[in-house]
Amino acid sequence: MSALSFAELCERVHARWPAVEAKRSDNGQPFLLVPATELVALVQWLRSDRELRFDALSDLTGYDLMKYPATPPSDAIAVVYVLFSYVQKHKLMLRVLAPRAACVVPSVSFLWPAALYFEREVWDLLGVHFDGHPTLLRIMTPQDWVGHPLRKDYIYPSEYHGVPHLREGQHFEHVPQREGDAVKAAPTAPAAPAKGAPPA
Amino acid sequence: MTIEATTPSGERMILNMGPHHPATHGVLRIVVESDGEVVANCTPDHGYLHRSIEKIGECVEWQMFVPYTDRIDYVCAMNANLAYCVGVEQLLRSDPGTAVQVPFRAECIRVLVAELNRISSHMIAVGAMAMDVGAVTPFLHSIAQREMVNDIFEKLCGQRLTYNYITVGGVAYDLTPGAPDEIASFLNTFEKEMVRFNKLITTNTIFRDRCASVAVVTSDEAIAWGLVGPNLRGSGVDWDLRRDEPYGIYGQLAVRVPFGERFAGRHGAVGDCYDRYIVRLLEVQESVRLCREVLKLLPPPAPKATDQTGGFQADVKKQLARPPKGEMYSRTEAPRGEMGYFIVSDGTKVPYRVRCRTGSFSAAGIFHHVMKGIFLADVVAVIGSFDVVVPEIDR
Amino acid sequence: MTDDPMMNALPGSTKQKAGNQLDEQIHLTAVDEFLAWGKENSLFYLLFATACCGIELMQAGGPRYDLDRLGMIPRATPRQSDLMIIAGTITHKMAERVRLIYQQMTEPRWVVSMGSCANSGGPFSKWSYSVLNGIDKYIPVDIYIPGCPPRPEALIDGVYALRERVRRYRTLGVRETVPHIVASADAAFGCHFGKGGSKQPEEPKA
Ligand code: SF4
Repeated sequence: MSALSFAELCERVHARWPAVEAKRSDNGQPFLLVPATELVALVQWLRSDRELRFDALSDLTGYDLMKYPATPPSDAIAVVYVLFSYVQKHKLMLRVLAPRAACVVPSVSFLWPAALYFEREVWDLLGVHFDGHPTLLRIMTPQDWVGHPLRKDYIYPSEYHGVPHLREGQHFEHVPQREGDAVKAAPTAPAAPAKGAPPA
Repeated sequence: MTIEATTPSGERMILNMGPHHPATHGVLRIVVESDGEVVANCTPDHGYLHRSIEKIGECVEWQMFVPYTDRIDYVCAMNANLAYCVGVEQLLRSDPGTAVQVPFRAECIRVLVAELNRISSHMIAVGAMAMDVGAVTPFLHSIAQREMVNDIFEKLCGQRLTYNYITVGGVAYDLTPGAPDEIASFLNTFEKEMVRFNKLITTNTIFRDRCASVAVVTSDEAIAWGLVGPNLRGSGVDWDLRRDEPYGIYGQLAVRVPFGERFAGRHGAVGDCYDRYIVRLLEVQESVRLCREVLKLLPPPAPKATDQTGGFQADVKKQLARPPKGEMYSRTEAPRGEMGYFIVSDGTKVPYRVRCRTGSFSAAGIFHHVMKGIFLADVVAVIGSFDVVVPEIDR
Repeated sequence: MTDDPMMNALPGSTKQKAGNQLDEQIHLTAVDEFLAWGKENSLFYLLFATACCGIELMQAGGPRYDLDRLGMIPRATPRQSDLMIIAGTITHKMAERVRLIYQQMTEPRWVVSMGSCANSGGPFSKWSYSVLNGIDKYIPVDIYIPGCPPRPEALIDGVYALRERVRRYRTLGVRETVPHIVASADAAFGCHFGKGGSKQPEEPKA
């Protein structure tokens, strides 16, 4: 058997899952837009179907669409799945849009244990809650960290546990300079110098 | 993070390894719940080196991110540079208006430095693994070899560790006139050194028996847990992106792919620590061969840097100021396995999102699975055999 | 014994060559000077590498640069070490651990901050949200070595500067607090190091 092209994959998916849309990104990269409610059933089938056999989850990541210049503008978080089959050697990208207000996507970690870490990372950095994940804890930042850093409206901390973030004399505007970007977050105030050693 | 000791007798002991522990290769913390000498459960705790590199990717310009890729994986910084640059070039190629053509000489130099860096990275990996199980001398030998590669790179780009050498559209500097000869003579001495190294440790019965059948990962498990690179091949999966999804000029070089086949003999199993160790050594041999092949292909330098064959750097200023809007997922084979870049561009000179998928991250994900039921003393051997580099996990 | 250059280098020793007579083998010196001489030549350092600079530290201890010849031997536990070389980035999450490790070291203890990251946050100081901009906010630093990463030569330069400082150390004296900054041509990335993020914090009680 040989690798299937994206069109052939689409055909097979559409026959069973009419709600799944085939889309292309602005530069022509094909992907499937999956409603969150159908995700689990779809990936289960993708993994077990004899012709498809997506036995590996190559990557699971996401990004915040808030400032992406799309029409119509959206403020959802896009969760991106890159599936790969070591048997058939084909690749497929899935995408689930999680609206900011209710940022919940079902977990796929019971199918691919690789997702255990990927989902923790996306939860930590983008704040997408994965329903059904056994230990959805922060993985990169400390457990008591505030906010999800890779969201586009993230405000940098001015201190952590009483230790200021910046050095004396440092002033940075922690907002990426994007063309035509209205500055949303106020620049972090210059940190006050700490008095002596912080409490042990 | 807490672990419940759930045995009725309550006789389990909780042992904290790290974040500062000499055998964890950096700041990795593992909380081990042990039942006597046997690991009953373990919980890795990450993030002690989370430097927010992905957020930085959203703040700096395309070309300015290259130095940060060095710091994602400093043991093989060239490969990390290459992975990012290949990703950006693929993004640029998705629109015919901005496509870049990397000069052939630059492609050759890229493969050359990437393979040399693979050698030095694997030398650290095998040396450190031997050190973790108690043999310190091989590590000194492998460090000595690494210094040789560092010397070559230092002449090339002035840095010993964080090179910032491969750029979008080519490489930063041309090879120095004497470099091909130097590399060729290094490869010759290196091969001789490897014979000595193998006598010292690889064929050592104690070392082999120590690693045989420890932490066996079957090929199905390896795929499902997302292992990549030498860890995946150590489990017997015949897959290498350089051969199967070639990028750059790897398509013109016949890459031979070693994979695990129970090298430890009767007592071993496919996918044990010893297989992962041997696969790395075999890959080093393959890299030596690839370097020699590339040296034959290398075209003579041209006076103009942007020359299509003999140049070393295509002009990409215009393209990077207005890259196509959209996204790209590309992957390359780094020493620690597939390094995938998911790059989103909104058409400005600053990336919208840069995500780096690394081999160590998924290798760390399997720790708590493989460590159940092994001996406490083997924990360090397992960490060593997966060859994790902490900033690759934490980024 | 007579030709041992180390013995001749003993502070206070006026004889270049000690003879066999009893009075020729007795050296008069202050206890502090004698102790300093011993400490200076056996700076055991804590094997503490967090990031990229740690690889350079490893290579400095390797066969070519060979820190052993300065009497520097890596120790795995802070309780046996005199010197902590902070090689690499310290994040907010890690910083409290660093202080814990520092407190476990026995007095007198010294700290070398190696690399721009430990000095001031280095390449991460501007855009990173999780990196601590300079370890001197948590523990006092004696020597700053700029560079990203510093070359092993720069590290050895720093070690020599530290040895000077160890020689001047007096058990009952006042501890020197002004940090020494190793001059370096490749001080990459603009640094604010040396000013001390929060001045020099007092020594935490062990
Ligand atoms: S100073 Fe540079 S080389 Fe050293 S840890 Fe920081 S980023 Fe890495």
